[in-house]
Amino acid sequence: MSGRVAGATAVRVLTQLRHDPRTVALLIVVPCVLLWLVDAIIDDAAFQRVGLPLAGIFPLVSMFLVTSIATLRERMAGTLERLMTMPLAKVDLLGGYGLAFAAVATVQALVVMTVAVGALDLEVAGPLWVAGLLAVANAVLGMALGLFLSAFASSEFQAVQFMPAFILPQLVLCGIVAPRSTMARPLELLSGMLPITYAYDGLSRIASDSTVGARVYADFAVIVGFTLAALALGALTLRRRTP
Amino acid sequence: MPTRAAVSIGHLRVMRGGNEVLPDLSVEIPARSVVGLLGPSGSGKSTLIRSIVGVQRVEGGRVEVLGLPAGSKALRSRVGYVTQAPSVYGDLTVAENLHYFARVLDAAPERVGHVVDTVDLVGFEDRLVTGLSGGERARVSLATALLNEPEVLVLDEPTVGLDPVLRRDLWNTFRTLADGGATLLVSSHVMDEAERCDHLVLLREGRILATESPPQLLATTGAASMDAAFLALIERDAQQ
Repeated sequence: MSGRVAGATAVRVLTQLRHDPRTVALLIVVPCVLLWLVDAIIDDAAFQRVGLPLAGIFPLVSMFLVTSIATLRERMAGTLERLMTMPLAKVDLLGGYGLAFAAVATVQALVVMTVAVGALDLEVAGPLWVAGLLAVANAVLGMALGLFLSAFASSEFQAVQFMPAFILPQLVLCGIVAPRSTMARPLELLSGMLPITYAYDGLSRIASDSTVGARVYADFAVIVGFTLAALALGALTLRRRTP
Repeated sequence: MPTRAAVSIGHLRVMRGGNEVLPDLSVEIPARSVVGLLGPSGSGKSTLIRSIVGVQRVEGGRVEVLGLPAGSKALRSRVGYVTQAPSVYGDLTVAENLHYFARVLDAAPERVGHVVDTVDLVGFEDRLVTGLSGGERARVSLATALLNEPEVLVLDEPTVGLDPVLRRDLWNTFRTLADGGATLLVSSHVMDEAERCDHLVLLREGRILATESPPQLLATTGAASMDAAFLALIERDAQQ
């Protein structure tokens, strides 16, 4: 592990994003517009219930997409193969990506939260900083999942299709569409195994409960656990030797 | 000058996509020289190169670079590798690419200006790589490998798509690096580049046809040109 290489990689990834202002604008603006749309079409009580979880789950989705494409590009452009012949540990590369996208996710989460609370009158019962922390954790989870799944895509078309194939079912099952307790038992059990369920649960509790209970800590721990597991599996898919 | 081998390969066997690309290959690459790896496309040049830099999964055999198993951690700062397709970041400028790889290789930042000069890209530092021509992009990729002055430099078809003047300049650069003590393994499918090498490794269908110096090759085949010499070797091989 080398701070030099991880730091250099983070700076490199952020520089790549800086050369692509449209992507940065989409990352920041799209979640705000979507949240505004949701606020416009549902009644206020419903918005108070789903607004915060949605605001905290958008970063997960966009980071998933950005990371899976970025990693796929790295594999296809040959830069990954070149880096693998250089004095660089896999954790340096993963750490660099993690740092860069966590920084972007923090900005994204802060903007979305500010819009939600400031402009859309979203009321958050619990502490705002905990909501922000959960949103950033979700974004980093999205990054880790994207990094891991990109190993199974051999083209950008496939990588983009992983979003509806892998993320949308989780959104349907996480409890935002219907409470988990009303689901058929097998689906409820399945949703308990999916990471986004915990991302939703933590945020919805913060939205309605002024105290940060043990369940929120547990949700946070599960999110971090899924993130570390996805990064570890992602590291396994970065092979120095390929067929 | 007596030289030990920079690369030593014994009974290397590589499969790719169910095909035996290198069935049983043994070769020694002498140190401090420019060695040309020549052969038609599909002959296994890239696979051999990937095995030497340690990114190719191999079925069996021994590949040693500077006395260490290929791909060893200790070799990663001593062996430079230029892939066939330019492997640099298209959405970064020339200078940003080189500064990033300099940090990874722990090379001094001043090296960036030096290698930009070597590959004749002065004035292109702030251009995005994606807007460069194929040959310019190849030079950025080559510059990256020169950053930390590796002892062994492995280049997969580095002169494809370059104009004759630049090709000559690059071969002069390779010569200077070898004179400075580096070992260069340069693959090419253009036989006229063979004359610029100290040693040649001729590859065909995953097997070594000959390992000789250019004058030796002309003498043993009685051919007038490198092209004719290679054809003579292939015909002799086919008859056996």
